[in-house]
Amino acid sequence: MTTTTEAITGELTLISGPMISASGMLGVGMGEILRVGNMNLMGEVIRIDGDTVFAQVFEDTSGMYLGEPVVSTGLPLSVELGPGLLGSTFDGIQRPLITLQQASGDFIDRGLTAVALDREKRWSFTPTAKVGDKVVGGDVLGTVPETEHLTHKVMVPPNSSGTIQSINDGEFTVEETIATLDDGTQLKLMHPWPVKLPRPYHEKQGSDELFLTGQRVLDCLFPIALGGSAIVPGGFGAGKTVVEQSLSKYCNADIIIYVGCGERGNEMADVLDEFPDLTDPKTGGPLMDRTVLVVNTSNMPVAARDASVYTGITLAEYYRDQGYNVALMADSTSRWAEALREISSRLEEMPGEEGYPTYLAARISQFYERAGRVICAGSQPENGEGGRTGSVTAVGAVSPPGGDFSEPVTQTSMRVAGGLWALDSALAYRRHYPSVNWNRSYTLYLKELSPWFDKHAPAGWLDLRQRISTTLQKDAELQEVVQLVGPDALQDAERLTLEVSRMIREVFLQQNAFSENDAFCSLEKNAGIQEALMAFYDESKKLVDQEISLQRILDLPVREDVSRLRDEPNDGFAAKKDATIAEMKRALAELAKS
Amino acid sequence: MATTDTDLLHKEYWDLSYVSGPLVFLKNGGRFPTGAILTLESPAGKRQGQVLEASSSHAVVQVLQGTQGIDVKNTSVALRDESATIPLSKDIIGRRFNGLGEPIDGLPQVVAETERTITGSAINPVSRDKPNDFIETGVSAVDGFNTLVRGQKLPFFSGSGLPANEVANLIVQQASTKGDSEEFVVVFGAMGLTEREAAYFIRSFEEGGRGSSVVAFINKADDPAIERIFTPRCALTTAEYLAFELDYQVLVILTDMTSYCEALREISSAREEIPGRRGYPGYMYTDLSTIYERAGRIRGRKGSVTQMPILTMPDDDITHPIPDLTGYITEGQIVLGRGLHRQGVFPPVDLLPCLSRLMNNGIGEGKTRADHRELANQLYASYANGRDIRKLMAIVGEDALTPLDRRYLQFSNEFEAQMIGQGDTRRTIDETLDLGWQLLGILPKEELTRVNRDTVNAYYTPIMEDGVHSPYME
Repeated sequence: MTTTTEAITGELTLISGPMISASGMLGVGMGEILRVGNMNLMGEVIRIDGDTVFAQVFEDTSGMYLGEPVVSTGLPLSVELGPGLLGSTFDGIQRPLITLQQASGDFIDRGLTAVALDREKRWSFTPTAKVGDKVVGGDVLGTVPETEHLTHKVMVPPNSSGTIQSINDGEFTVEETIATLDDGTQLKLMHPWPVKLPRPYHEKQGSDELFLTGQRVLDCLFPIALGGSAIVPGGFGAGKTVVEQSLSKYCNADIIIYVGCGERGNEMADVLDEFPDLTDPKTGGPLMDRTVLVVNTSNMPVAARDASVYTGITLAEYYRDQGYNVALMADSTSRWAEALREISSRLEEMPGEEGYPTYLAARISQFYERAGRVICAGSQPENGEGGRTGSVTAVGAVSPPGGDFSEPVTQTSMRVAGGLWALDSALAYRRHYPSVNWNRSYTLYLKELSPWFDKHAPAGWLDLRQRISTTLQKDAELQEVVQLVGPDALQDAERLTLEVSRMIREVFLQQNAFSENDAFCSLEKNAGIQEALMAFYDESKKLVDQEISLQRILDLPVREDVSRLRDEPNDGFAAKKDATIAEMKRALAELAKS
Repeated sequence: MATTDTDLLHKEYWDLSYVSGPLVFLKNGGRFPTGAILTLESPAGKRQGQVLEASSSHAVVQVLQGTQGIDVKNTSVALRDESATIPLSKDIIGRRFNGLGEPIDGLPQVVAETERTITGSAINPVSRDKPNDFIETGVSAVDGFNTLVRGQKLPFFSGSGLPANEVANLIVQQASTKGDSEEFVVVFGAMGLTEREAAYFIRSFEEGGRGSSVVAFINKADDPAIERIFTPRCALTTAEYLAFELDYQVLVILTDMTSYCEALREISSAREEIPGRRGYPGYMYTDLSTIYERAGRIRGRKGSVTQMPILTMPDDDITHPIPDLTGYITEGQIVLGRGLHRQGVFPPVDLLPCLSRLMNNGIGEGKTRADHRELANQLYASYANGRDIRKLMAIVGEDALTPLDRRYLQFSNEFEAQMIGQGDTRRTIDETLDLGWQLLGILPKEELTRVNRDTVNAYYTPIMEDGVHSPYME
């Protein structure tokens, strides 16, 4: 890491909202962390002009006088990486909120310092490397059981390498030495990492495994891959947060990093209240054990929003390097962009579109590019195969002003993210949740995922998916006609298409995040509902072709049974579905005979 | 703000250099801390200012009472307080203040138990307790469909000429927690209210018997605009004190947030900041969040702060920056509709764009009723469908509608007239839900796909309407 040189002390020359400047700071670098004023507020250098530096301050600056001291720390904004992160709740600059609560009570005071990882707790370390092993950054030294279900792999920090001279078994705190290298480097359970620097990896890989969300509309129509990225734009009330939270609960990642960036405090209270009681669908342990929360609510200082996004992605990369599949949820990236805009405007930079800085696009793409599936850093097997792989899947909520997607943050994010899950207020108004607009959303991963679906999804998945998609498309076209001439003018065959797509919308695309059986939908159930709907379509079509009145088909009570399939539990769904399809065919056949 | 000048620190300076709009610039920026409250004394009178920005060359001060009459030569500046504070004690309940927290009811300033800075601090998210106590407002459109819970912030989006004040007042008068006679203390923060509106509220509070449990901070339309920046913060500091120190359940009404935002814009433009949408500053989201986020409950404390801000959507435009940014921060919104108002429906709540994000926490078995969630979803979906059909009918004519479409049409008309348009009567939650089932009787049973089959069987009774043929009713 950066070597600590003598601290440079200057004095405050400007205080303007979250931005300050200080003179007499010659030798301080861009991105360095400063301690500002008598209250010791944390700030980050964002511009240097001679011996004057400008910094964004991560806490409220009011009450400070010019001339107060500003001290350099010699370090960039960094996070502590080691066992003990899981289950924690941090603020944007990785201070544990519980520690802050102990220090200042229910309201957050200024100038508090708190270390991210518990210094007292002892972890049981089991070495897997041995004395004499040649190691490089990223190699695993040993393991620590971080939670009941997750083994934390303790790695050589990225910039170290050498031959292991000693390595010890036993109980350690995060600061104690567990191993030494031949150059004298002491390795600990914990190491720091600057958040703005992506952690190194051996090689990026294509992604060919489904990021299972448990949301029918996403898994079926707009699936993304593990290591992919998607954005969720939507006006207020469209349900961005519910989507992000549902993914956190049910997705197939090993670890969730949830960044609440400039959002509501009560929402976080909700997560903190709910997650400890929920079960991790992968391990059966508490959901909180696979989750790290990074929380910077909207009324917390604006500059720390910028930090919270980077803190989140760095934590995600750290677990990726251990070989895990990590999902990063960022809610909402627009608040981060607004923080950039505010700081930029205080710096009096020439604005780009809608006042956002011209480097907005660069920052957003750098962020999404830190997602991906990689062969992890470290010594690679000689045959070149079987290296440890891990992934970071990034899902970013976007809050476009007025729900208008043409604004810069949405547009820029769309260019870099591989999936667009566009939420639609019009659907939300009629309580169609998740309000994913099927005509506007897209995924770029379908082709890469096709082999995976063929192998792992229920038979016929891709064909069924295509049929659902086509029916919805036909529906969109027919709706235009209906708007002109009314539904009565249509042929029965066309009206059947309308009715079936109505069923697709109501039964399949909608999902109740608050219902026990419906909140999570397995791939089997997902396929089962598709199959039942298409079977109903096909069988009814036959009858309509025999000139049997559509109304009589629609009046059959069995149609309601199909509609209610989604209320059935995931377990044993296949049997229930088969029975419903059989019953439906029987009822339709009977109608054909009469 | 409301403190007496401490003479020991009282030192006057004459270093004004620039006056523009609501701002004055001082030559020496280093004398006062940012956020400090200053006294500006000129031949035209005494005023207060707040330091916004300090640099070695100058300091920027916003003058709360406006800069009319201030001159560069004869105006002195002195430090009044290091930050804006308000004196608080239990005696504040029942009192009336101006937008800066100075008494306007003829009584002396309250004797301070404690002084608080009005900017407040953020509640630590881990200290927050989940809001989940149902508040019965007696208004079906709120209770049944956009339930309010203690500790929530639920704004009213109104338009010019719509009766937002009447609806808010109705809720103030009627709100109670189910099975609990505990009353709310109302903290009323008014920004830019006309004399008539202010008088309406005060009169209603008193007539409704709430007068003695109201604390009012009133900045009228002809009061200085910059004061409006302070008004909601005075109100919320008071509310937090009453809720978290004295265990009261506090309901905060802030009206009109549009006037507040305009004051914010005025300062921003005077500072020559790069404007965001429609000239409002880029940091308006952050600024509004420091107001709206001051609602909630805290673990281990009895009281709560519930917020009901009211704002006027310019030209009824919900995408205007003020309602837009508000909606992104608050936990839902109640939107008033002009169409319903013209039809004579009161309260004219346009249900479709309304939302209460915390509804699920406050309803269901043991809180309201087990069927509440499903029933509300079903009514919402059916009403939305009915509204679509109404639009369709305008294009294709009634004859082109199917019999089912006509049922939906009838349903949505009845829904508006009976459910939403309840008038001044107070409805309990059970009455609201029962009426919901009664209205669903207009629709055939098969259409109720949002409700569990058992629930349908328990509550649903079909209604046969003469003259409307339905194939489903045979």
